[in-house]
Amino acid sequence: MNELYSKFRSLKDKIMHILVYLALIIALIPLFSILFEVFIRGISAINLDFFIKPTPAVGEIGGGVANAIQGTLITIGLASIIGVPIGIITGIFLSEYSENKLYTIIRLLNELLNGMPSIVIGLFAYVLIATVVGFSVMAASFALALIMIPIVSITTEEALKLVPASIREAAIALGTSRWKTVIFVALRITKKAIITGILQAIARIAGESAPILVTMGYWKWWFAGLDRPVANLALDIFLFAKSPFENWIVLAWGSALILIIIILSINIVARIIMKERY
Amino acid sequence: MSAYKIEVENLNAWYDYKHVLIDINMKIKERTVTAIMGPSGCGKTTLIRCLNRMHELVPKAKVSGKVIFNNLNIYDNNVDPTWIRRKIGMVFQKPNPFPMMSIYDNVAFGPKIHGIKKRSILDKIVKQSLEMAGLWEEVKDDLQKPASALSGGQQQRLCIARALALEPEVILMDEPTSHLDPISATKIEMLIRKLAENYTVVIVTHNMQQAARISDYVAFLYMGRLVEYGPTKEVFERPKNELTERYITGKIS
Repeated sequence: MNELYSKFRSLKDKIMHILVYLALIIALIPLFSILFEVFIRGISAINLDFFIKPTPAVGEIGGGVANAIQGTLITIGLASIIGVPIGIITGIFLSEYSENKLYTIIRLLNELLNGMPSIVIGLFAYVLIATVVGFSVMAASFALALIMIPIVSITTEEALKLVPASIREAAIALGTSRWKTVIFVALRITKKAIITGILQAIARIAGESAPILVTMGYWKWWFAGLDRPVANLALDIFLFAKSPFENWIVLAWGSALILIIIILSINIVARIIMKERY
Repeated sequence: MSAYKIEVENLNAWYDYKHVLIDINMKIKERTVTAIMGPSGCGKTTLIRCLNRMHELVPKAKVSGKVIFNNLNIYDNNVDPTWIRRKIGMVFQKPNPFPMMSIYDNVAFGPKIHGIKKRSILDKIVKQSLEMAGLWEEVKDDLQKPASALSGGQQQRLCIARALALEPEVILMDEPTSHLDPISATKIEMLIRKLAENYTVVIVTHNMQQAARISDYVAFLYMGRLVEYGPTKEVFERPKNELTERYITGKIS
């Protein structure tokens, strides 16, 4: 009787194992088919020209997305310059100054911003900046910065909250003021987690297209100033793919592959940083 | 100048509505080791945390009364608590070196925060402090190694060195040996005796033998009140209060 019972249990265990693996495979099929499709189609677009030449004119053969790569880097760069410091400061505030009167409001705003659809953020940037200076890098970067802020602030806040009270007391007992304790002890200890958060935020905005569309629109030339638009990889994919031109469609797949590689590499770097411990 | 480094006058302390220290009066002599002993929860830790204004960091904590340090009431309105904490250093129960920092950076942290930038001066302070804490010989070749690589006892001596680097006048210690093995604890005890040559040491302990071994004066705290305070030998041999006697003979703990 007992033996039978244990056999039945191990059979149940095996069936569950099979079901779990099956579910895993089903979940991974779409992911791998996307990666596979993008890789197969994208790789044919990739050559030296792809990285050094700008968008080809309609009907032109060859060309590349160098201007979009340049534009994406500039937009992300400017967005990070605005978004990262504000995100870190917000994270510090939320973690360290919870007795402040503004705490509840800032927390609410931050969470609201985190849940806001990116197109709405794009519209906000459009009204605030694009209607004044026109469709521009500034407007796009501002929108992307708004998307970055909650991601950076939430990782910063969570990292800072993990700093043990005993370590903070050690600093305070040496006559360190509160803000110096945060900057020279808490931030220093949590540096890696915060950098990871920043990289995650960058990976997130690198693939954003909706806010770019409403703040900057499409631009097929090189960077021409912060008050002008620039090209963007994610947006190129959107516009190239629905164009009727064979050459552009190939470039869309190439751009998709590059974008995936960029985002994947950022994520891998973030993971490596997280794993390294002193 | 009086010979007393710290004079506690009518000190009361609360956590929210819990009255944890009641009318404490004690005078602590310069360059002596004063042990504060008593059963768990009697207010020992709160008392020393009141001596360098660490108590007020706890939300809803309150203090009244005076703590006079070098003829200055540290609770006066115009006194900067960070200045007090520089002059009155503290070593905690559990060794708490800064993680992700080297041994050198741990000791140099205090002086750096307070504006010393010159490498040669910092080098000198680090060496002196580690020597004073009896750790120099063990770590002099590993100053750039992470502090977390040290053993518990070494970490605690590092924390003492870190406190000494600010050249405080008083060192408060909150059961500094309770997390250590007996050999490391003995080293710290010997160190405390040595420190008393230059500093005023106030140590919390619930180890009576330790109090008897290292202190010149001993205070017995019970339920937030200072029951007895006097030279260690007298208190242990001829306790005046019945409670003290019962504590020393192990009848209350």
